[in-house]
Amino acid sequence: MTDAAARTLSPETVLAQMKQNGVTDVVWLPDSETNWLYLLMKADPALRLIGVTREGHACSIAAGLAAGGCSPLILIQNTGLMESGDSLRGWLLGLNVPVVLMVGYRGWTRHGVNQDSAATYTERFLNAFNLTYYLVESDADADRISIAFQEATRTKQPVVVLVGDEYHGFNR
Amino acid sequence: MMHTAELLKLFRPYRQNAIVVPGRGGRHWVHLTDRPSLDVPLGDPAMGGHAGFALGLALARPEKKVILFDSEGDLLMSLGILATIAEQAPTNLYHFLLDNECYATTGGQPVPNATNTAYDAMARAAGYPHAAAFTELADVEHHLPGLLALPGPVFVAFKVLPEVENAPIGRRTRWQTRTRDQVLADLRAELDA
Repeated sequence: MTDAAARTLSPETVLAQMKQNGVTDVVWLPDSETNWLYLLMKADPALRLIGVTREGHACSIAAGLAAGGCSPLILIQNTGLMESGDSLRGWLLGLNVPVVLMVGYRGWTRHGVNQDSAATYTERFLNAFNLTYYLVESDADADRISIAFQEATRTKQPVVVLVGDEYHGFNR
Repeated sequence: MMHTAELLKLFRPYRQNAIVVPGRGGRHWVHLTDRPSLDVPLGDPAMGGHAGFALGLALARPEKKVILFDSEGDLLMSLGILATIAEQAPTNLYHFLLDNECYATTGGQPVPNATNTAYDAMARAAGYPHAAAFTELADVEHHLPGLLALPGPVFVAFKVLPEVENAPIGRRTRWQTRTRDQVLADLRAELDA
């Protein structure tokens, strides 16, 4: 891996993490960073893509998939995560669903000064729901995705992976 | 308009080994079921999600019919789920809507445009291959076997009488006989058997 590659998060890396962790279904709503990942996922016959029109729907769908024995992943943006509060509470936390939510961290900046209130409230939201989360900014952080899956399985609770890679590698 | 309990009785002979997500019809279904381990009475984890949950189950278990008793207040909170279900097109999903035209558990206030919304037309327009609506029990009795024989997703709206509750939530009698954890554990055990 080159230094430049290590500084970005590639969609291939994310897909490899999904496969490594046995994901059967991706319940998702596109955000500004996921189109390249979408193309990869779509080309993979072993993955079922379930598009939703509101992120909260992803919570109940994932709960049903998990109840039936599948291993879903939720792929949404932080704005939609915040919209999903009650569904997250009732369908994921309330039903003890071991699911990873990969959440695009819109507005994320390493220095903490941002122009986007979506970023301002993201971690506050996660803390309010007492959700464990890991920040992934580049391929070098990819092992945290597997850690999130392991933690979700161990705790039987949703765990969040924040994708802090807006406007570069994840979107090529 | 039909009594929900009378309506759900009609399903009993046709249930066979289907998974039933009884939604807000659960209080009646719990007295009618002969396969409780295949029932998923979750009460109300979060309003607006029953159809999504049933979709997930149907996709995960294509070998089993999944029968959902949804409600119009629930569906109105998440109408986009109709497009998602239509796109996924699970042939084993039977989406039945109990439309009492009101928020019965909060005192009976009408849902928006309570008497003039055609939910079957919405489902059909979203892409469900089969959708229907009934107001009379006799018509349901006549058509139900045929509807359950169709490949899903099938959507049927039923006009039912409201059963309004006004008591504070803490004073209401719980109809659930199992915890949610137990419901899901029983289902998994049954499905894995």
